[in-house]
Amino acid sequence: MSVVITQVFNGFSLGSILLFVAIGLAVTFGLMGVINMAHGELIMVGAYMTYVVQQIFAKYAPQSMGYYFFIAIPVAFFVSALLGWGLEKILIRHLYHRPLDSLLATWGVSLILQQIARTIFGAPNVAVLPPEWLDGGVRIAGVVFPYKRLFILVFVILSIFALYIYLTKTPAGRRIRAVTLNRDMASCLGISTRKVDAYAFAIGSGFAGLAGCALTLLGPIGPTIGTYYIVDAFMVVILGGVGKLIGTVLGAFGIGLVSTLMEYSTSATMAKVMMFALIIAFLQWKPSGLVSVKTRSLD
Amino acid sequence: MTKKGWLYWLFFLALFAAPFYLTEFRLSLLGKFLCFAMIAIGISLIWGYTGILSLGHGVYFGLGAYCMAMYLKLESSHGRLPDFMEWSGVHQLPWFWKPFEHPLVAISSAIIIPVLLAAFLSYFTFKNRIKGVYFSLLSQAVVVVFVTLFIGKQEWTGGTNGLTNFSTVFGFPLSSPFTQIILYWITVCLLLLIFLFSRWLTVSRFGRVLVAIRDGENRVRFLGFNPTTYKVFVYSLSAAFAALAGIMFVLQVGLISPAMMGIIPSIEMVLWVAVGGRSSLIGAVIGAIVTNSAKSFFSENYPDIWLLFLGGLFIGVVMFLPNGLAGVYQSFKQRKGQREGKTHEAGSHVSRSVGGF
Repeated sequence: MSVVITQVFNGFSLGSILLFVAIGLAVTFGLMGVINMAHGELIMVGAYMTYVVQQIFAKYAPQSMGYYFFIAIPVAFFVSALLGWGLEKILIRHLYHRPLDSLLATWGVSLILQQIARTIFGAPNVAVLPPEWLDGGVRIAGVVFPYKRLFILVFVILSIFALYIYLTKTPAGRRIRAVTLNRDMASCLGISTRKVDAYAFAIGSGFAGLAGCALTLLGPIGPTIGTYYIVDAFMVVILGGVGKLIGTVLGAFGIGLVSTLMEYSTSATMAKVMMFALIIAFLQWKPSGLVSVKTRSLD
Repeated sequence: MTKKGWLYWLFFLALFAAPFYLTEFRLSLLGKFLCFAMIAIGISLIWGYTGILSLGHGVYFGLGAYCMAMYLKLESSHGRLPDFMEWSGVHQLPWFWKPFEHPLVAISSAIIIPVLLAAFLSYFTFKNRIKGVYFSLLSQAVVVVFVTLFIGKQEWTGGTNGLTNFSTVFGFPLSSPFTQIILYWITVCLLLLIFLFSRWLTVSRFGRVLVAIRDGENRVRFLGFNPTTYKVFVYSLSAAFAALAGIMFVLQVGLISPAMMGIIPSIEMVLWVAVGGRSSLIGAVIGAIVTNSAKSFFSENYPDIWLLFLGGLFIGVVMFLPNGLAGVYQSFKQRKGQREGKTHEAGSHVSRSVGGF
């Protein structure tokens, strides 16, 4: 029994990490239809920002080290969002109608960001010490649930809830949805679509920063941490379907649970192979993912 | 013969004569780049002509190379177990290694296995009309799967080190300059054949359907064609080119490892084509040679700057030179033609890429 609970918990934990990495993509890729291969590097930026905030705390305010994480969260969000905003202004706005080209160009951006990180922080991984109050875990029915994993789970649920509220309840969020549903109509109604594009991209990038912040709890971080997650994150969005947040949530937890269970019954390598085969098989049944927006347009 | 035709033959003649004017080291580099040029032609066919962006060609290249390497490894082990298997505690040759003792089996499966994989993947995605970036991302996931698999199954594939330490091929020593020159010439011949075949394909009716699929897949479908068949065929063909390149690569370089088929090498392959000009076959060949020469120059002299340069190249080519070097040549020629008062057709992107080069 405890084995089952542990595996299910591990599945949810992996799912929550995948979800975190994929939330930003759900906005930039799912809603806006832009392939941002530099998303992984925006995650890296968030992770390094957490590291920087921690170093600053360790130097100037060692007595309040326990709270550095609460400062690191907004810092990571805003730095990544700012970077994303700049990226949209300089590069991506020229490539909205050429998705394959934007894939290649943002890949170039990701290589440059990696090299910059390597120059500033060095090629070896750096360790971020998690706050002390996240050490240990809670013990229920003979199974230990580490606080760090629980924290990430709660953190991601709060983030996706905040994003949902933003997109459905606030005027700014509704403008984003209006533009993504029908750009010409929204523009006719007086919405500045250029501004909305930039904001939406910045928000998606900001969530990448938050994901980076959360990843520091799991282990050391390095310049290539983003590439490690980016392919899986895109798989989550493809499996979940674009255009709806709930699809991304289901996709992330689905992949998390299934791959943990397969990893338990076979090996990590075989699980990866089988997971991919399952995704291809699933797309045979639902080519546009789990949840998709119904449309009558052809392309 | 037209003036342009002469230029092609001159180019290939220069490649043939390379052993007479290049040092051994430079020649081996050029041989490697020509293998890459074969992949580039395949990518130009699927990307420039058909509009399929594949980020997974490293896998087809790698599978071809691994199949050939398995034969070379067995030949150089002289009936004993390959060295890495002994280190990983394997006592008997795995069953799927056995057929690779025969060179014909090895070479044919080096082509067939990647083609089957490409056909499988492309059939099941294109049939469901999954296309564009979705296909690109799926093909990238294939790379991740295979790299994980090849690293994880160390006792069968040699892990991160890959397969290396070959001594002979069909009884000829691989390290002798004579064998290397022969291999180089075979590479040039194969490249020429691939180039001529692809050129014939693109100027034929088939090639026109490919371009039509790129520009309006649904219209092609409404006209009664089945785009899936065309796309699966051309994708598998480009996988075959990549596999052939893998065979020649491993013969000349003597090493294949998962790092050479990973995400970054796979996307670099696309960059060669982007630099040369995506809808120009000769552009793809030149792009592969130029980009790789730049890479070996930079990584010999300034390894740190190479990544920055590579990233900048991606952005620069996409933003400012969407048709690559071939596009520069075209617009240069057009301007010259205008100066000389010749009447040129306005030549949209489409019509240029059908006939061009």
